[in-house]
Amino acid sequence: MSETRKVTIKAWRFNAETDYLPYTKEYKMEVGKDDLILDLMNRIKWEHDGSFSYRRSCRHGICGACAIKVNGKSVLACKQNAIELLDLFDNDITLEPSSKNRAVKDMIIDKSDFWDKHAAVKPYIVADIDPQPEKETKQTIAQFNALLDADLCIQCGACHYACPALEVNDAFLGPAALAAAYRFTADTRDEAKEERLQITFESGSGVWDCVKCFECAEACPKEVNPIEKIGKLHNMQFEYGVAESNVATRHAEGFLRGMKKYGYLDEADIVTYSEGYLGVYKHLGAAMKMMKSGKIHWHSGIPFIDSIPKIKNLEEVQKLIEISQTNKL
Amino acid sequence: MSEQLHYALFTGCTAKQSTPELLSSTLAVADKLGIKITILEEASCCGASHLQDFDEFLAHVLNARNICYAEKLGLTMITICNTCQLNSAMTKHALDTDPELKARVNEKLAEVGLEYKGTSEIKHFLYTLIDEYGLENVKDKVQVPLSHLNIAPFYGCHNIRPSELHEEANGHENPYKPTSLDSLIDALEGNPVNYESKNKCCGFHVELQANHTSEVLAGNALVDAIDNNADMMVTPCPLCHLKMDTYQDSVGKVMGRDVELPVLHMPQMVALALGCTEKEIGLNFHVQKAKHLYTA
Repeated sequence: MSETRKVTIKAWRFNAETDYLPYTKEYKMEVGKDDLILDLMNRIKWEHDGSFSYRRSCRHGICGACAIKVNGKSVLACKQNAIELLDLFDNDITLEPSSKNRAVKDMIIDKSDFWDKHAAVKPYIVADIDPQPEKETKQTIAQFNALLDADLCIQCGACHYACPALEVNDAFLGPAALAAAYRFTADTRDEAKEERLQITFESGSGVWDCVKCFECAEACPKEVNPIEKIGKLHNMQFEYGVAESNVATRHAEGFLRGMKKYGYLDEADIVTYSEGYLGVYKHLGAAMKMMKSGKIHWHSGIPFIDSIPKIKNLEEVQKLIEISQTNKL
Repeated sequence: MSEQLHYALFTGCTAKQSTPELLSSTLAVADKLGIKITILEEASCCGASHLQDFDEFLAHVLNARNICYAEKLGLTMITICNTCQLNSAMTKHALDTDPELKARVNEKLAEVGLEYKGTSEIKHFLYTLIDEYGLENVKDKVQVPLSHLNIAPFYGCHNIRPSELHEEANGHENPYKPTSLDSLIDALEGNPVNYESKNKCCGFHVELQANHTSEVLAGNALVDAIDNNADMMVTPCPLCHLKMDTYQDSVGKVMGRDVELPVLHMPQMVALALGCTEKEIGLNFHVQKAKHLYTA
């Protein structure tokens, strides 16, 4: 039974040394049901155009070299079935590098930013280890499980180049580096927890600049779920007393202020409390417009006073906060 | 439909405060379609991912409490905010898959006489309209076809990612090529705008601590929709709405061009097509002028 499909595969082409602008080329080929995106790239290079360039090595999803994007979706070329993507995108797919901005030649990108950020979080166990130990430094299953699959990362960069926060903010460490930071901070043998938590706390580069889009969780071919680790780091910064009071941490902790009073978030209070009375001026323009349209209620003179409804059985929420809160700012 | 649909509505905070138009249009749509709604007046804030950053366990306890009230009614809990949907579903998933955590949470809930069982489903209103009410049935009720409007669907991250969490709840929507809002626009006879940013992030969650990032992300999406001839944008998430509607002036400055586009809540769009009243649709509550969209 023939299960091949005749399609035209598009590839994004660019040579930073010779091309002024990138262009797209089309390649007609037959795709079989077991073909991987890597097979398609090989076919382009071997049967159509020997100058087509991409990285490949292990062919079984462990070296991380062949991460590219197809129609904006991050994939590991040696793991991704081609028909599956042809079905998803109505037989119209374009092979693209993980990051067009960092393209060197076709699918090959300059990954130096990825490696610099990875190195910045001290992605190794810091411990005073005897160079000639008499016994192994063993981990229990529970201790290993606490790493939450963060150890499975193959540094392919799929999440890093899928992160929209990184596209806007060069300083942001990004999901891969932060997942690595979690992996070593959660390791009981590590002795640099506070230091690493401090690195990931910095505003501009640390976890508080994550936009919470979950693109990284979706992009990861090894199911590392980086944003889950980012969430854990947030919590650990409070647990270890690394978190200082600033606009981001007050924004997180401040949710409880409204919840204790009303059960709901107090939308006006969260802004003034997080920003502080000096910082709140930045929002006056927006606040005025919101009052004009009725988004903020002006009638009581001070936004929201007496206008926030209370939930029923508010005392339950108050009691649960009192007995369940584990962190402090 | 043989049996009347009945849901427990988790309103979230925004629908009770800065976006009253979301609540009124939701209730108006449900009424027109004959869907029965019981508002969970006991439900608290979901934590919006920020409380989770501070204290994940506490956030699980409070979200489990909200779900308890839907369970008591024996109803599916519906949400009208992507972030409420995500955080409630994350708690449900965590408790349903981790008996030890469920026991720890229930120990706290017992102090206020509640118990989380895991018997209620949690679904965004958008997906109940599609999967349970049915778009054909919605189409039958259209009184004011939206054929004069180019509508840019903006999906909002938390309804479509992580896909592994949402699965059944969002009809296995593919986060790289979501279709639900597009098909809803089709059913209302509007013209869905196809643009790359439809499944991207609006930047709402870092509005305070990383303002530039937030403004650029919102700007990219708004400009993309405008450049693809959108007359309006529609979103199932009030947080996307707040970011994209309220901050168009400052976003425009960051983008270096005028940014003017009405951003409607999903139920407002449905309400327009079903011929709900001007008051129920509440376009007067928008910062970016939108009242001209009401033509009935």
